[in-house]
Amino acid sequence: MTTYTKEKELLKGLITNDKEAIETIYTENYSMVQALVVNNSGSTDDARDIFQEAMIVLYEKAKLGSFELNCQLKTYMYSVSRRLWLKRLQQVQKYSTGIVNMAEVVPVEEEVENHEKKNTEFLIMEKSMMSLGEPCKSLLEAYYLQKKSMTDIAGSFGYTNAENAKNQKYKCLMRLKKIFFAQHNNQLL
Amino acid sequence: MEEIQLLDAVERYIRGEMNAEELSYFEQLRKSNPDVDQLVVEHTIFLHQLNDFGDRKQFRNSLHETHTNLLDTGTIKEVVPKVRVIDALKKYRRVWAVAASIAGIIAITMSGLVTYFASPKSNNPALQDLRREVINLKKTQNEFSKKLNTSIENTKVPANADAIPAGTGFLVDGKGYIVTNAHVIRNAKSVLVQNLKGQEFDVTVVLIDKERDIALLKVKDSSFKSIDLLPYGFKKSGAELGEQIFTLGYPRDEIVYGEGYLSAHTGYNGDTLSCQITVAANPGNSGGPVFNKNGEIVGILSNRQELAQGFVFALTAKNIFRSLEELKKSDTTFQDIKVNINSSVKGMDRVQQIKKIEDFVYLVKTY
Repeated sequence: MTTYTKEKELLKGLITNDKEAIETIYTENYSMVQALVVNNSGSTDDARDIFQEAMIVLYEKAKLGSFELNCQLKTYMYSVSRRLWLKRLQQVQKYSTGIVNMAEVVPVEEEVENHEKKNTEFLIMEKSMMSLGEPCKSLLEAYYLQKKSMTDIAGSFGYTNAENAKNQKYKCLMRLKKIFFAQHNNQLL
Repeated sequence: MEEIQLLDAVERYIRGEMNAEELSYFEQLRKSNPDVDQLVVEHTIFLHQLNDFGDRKQFRNSLHETHTNLLDTGTIKEVVPKVRVIDALKKYRRVWAVAASIAGIIAITMSGLVTYFASPKSNNPALQDLRREVINLKKTQNEFSKKLNTSIENTKVPANADAIPAGTGFLVDGKGYIVTNAHVIRNAKSVLVQNLKGQEFDVTVVLIDKERDIALLKVKDSSFKSIDLLPYGFKKSGAELGEQIFTLGYPRDEIVYGEGYLSAHTGYNGDTLSCQITVAANPGNSGGPVFNKNGEIVGILSNRQELAQGFVFALTAKNIFRSLEELKKSDTTFQDIKVNINSSVKGMDRVQQIKKIEDFVYLVKTY
């Protein structure tokens, strides 16, 4: 298999949460990103955060259906990580003397911007879910995230029948929507 | 009850689970009832967000798992990787050290000579000055090369020269490394430092970082006792707006204490290397440490701009770290410089703090 098709397969694996694909990308790129962060006043913890965030950027890109990176996966991962780390440095220190380049870089500003927007949305949803409390949180997660059927949910949550569970789910959903949109609109202002 | 059914219908509509009959009915309803239409739009967005959230959460978990797995199997390692270049440097450490010290001596002596002869002589026409300078320079260059051939000792200060107090400096590493402003020693042929008790020490200039206005000196006298652990630490992140700060410095022959606060995150003209502080400062305070209430160094007082406007500027502590890092990278003989991060005078009252700290703040004199 050529590098090109191999990398395309890896990206496809990412969206289906394929363990092997994640592990391969991880193994082949981690030490490079770690070296970048650690050599530019970061810790190994920072390196892990940055690498995983870059993986999410890659994941989002794959989810949009674009498996064309226009460059090698390694270069892409390096460029995104570098951009993310630069941003982080700027936030912490209010200035940055720049990063010593160790590898080729491609422009990824737009993708990182998009990623940040998505990140905010993710955080709003996470926050809303957290403030929802139990059993609403688990109930909604079971139905909407794990895609379990109402009958299964009724069984595992101790409701007498699916109809009861459905009523409860409805109430929870309304509350979540209220919290979510309140915060979401707040964020946009 | 009706609302539950409606939402159920909306969800099935979004997921495309409706049969043809239901679908046409629902679309009719959507067209005729704007509330329903609004609900569909809103709920589509919401479900999309919820899905994204779920996917991403799952992906994050997979990443964490993978990380732990790979660490366990030793496929990846959480270590600070060594840069290969440094290894090569280590190999030629001695050669580098010799080369660097020769280069250093030449640089310092030359800059000293140039600035010494560059001072204007008002009675003479400018042209004449220039000529004399060239002749003088030629002469001294010859002398200099002779000196260089004999020994390093010759760069030492002549005993009869007058020492001029130029600024303040402070220990950054107990082994005798002192930090001050580069402009404090700008016109200096040679530099010495004096402690609180009036003891003088000869120093060598290890580093002049003009860009950041930072200089690093190293005490070379054997009478200097190195300190294992300095009482103060260095705070990389600097200070916050409005944070109380205090300074120690030598605007006179006596050490002088000053108190104030951080008034702006940037320095003159938005310079991000420095910050603005409000504190009484005079020439001579330059190069002195700026502490926060915990006795952590957050900056170096640099007075870089006109004091007439009442603006005092301090270089942020970050700059010290940066300069030292660069120095370590360029010259492996300074690998052993360590910067203390923890302050042991935290929580003490100010008088006690100063008592602990003042011994390590020096008056910098130049020849």
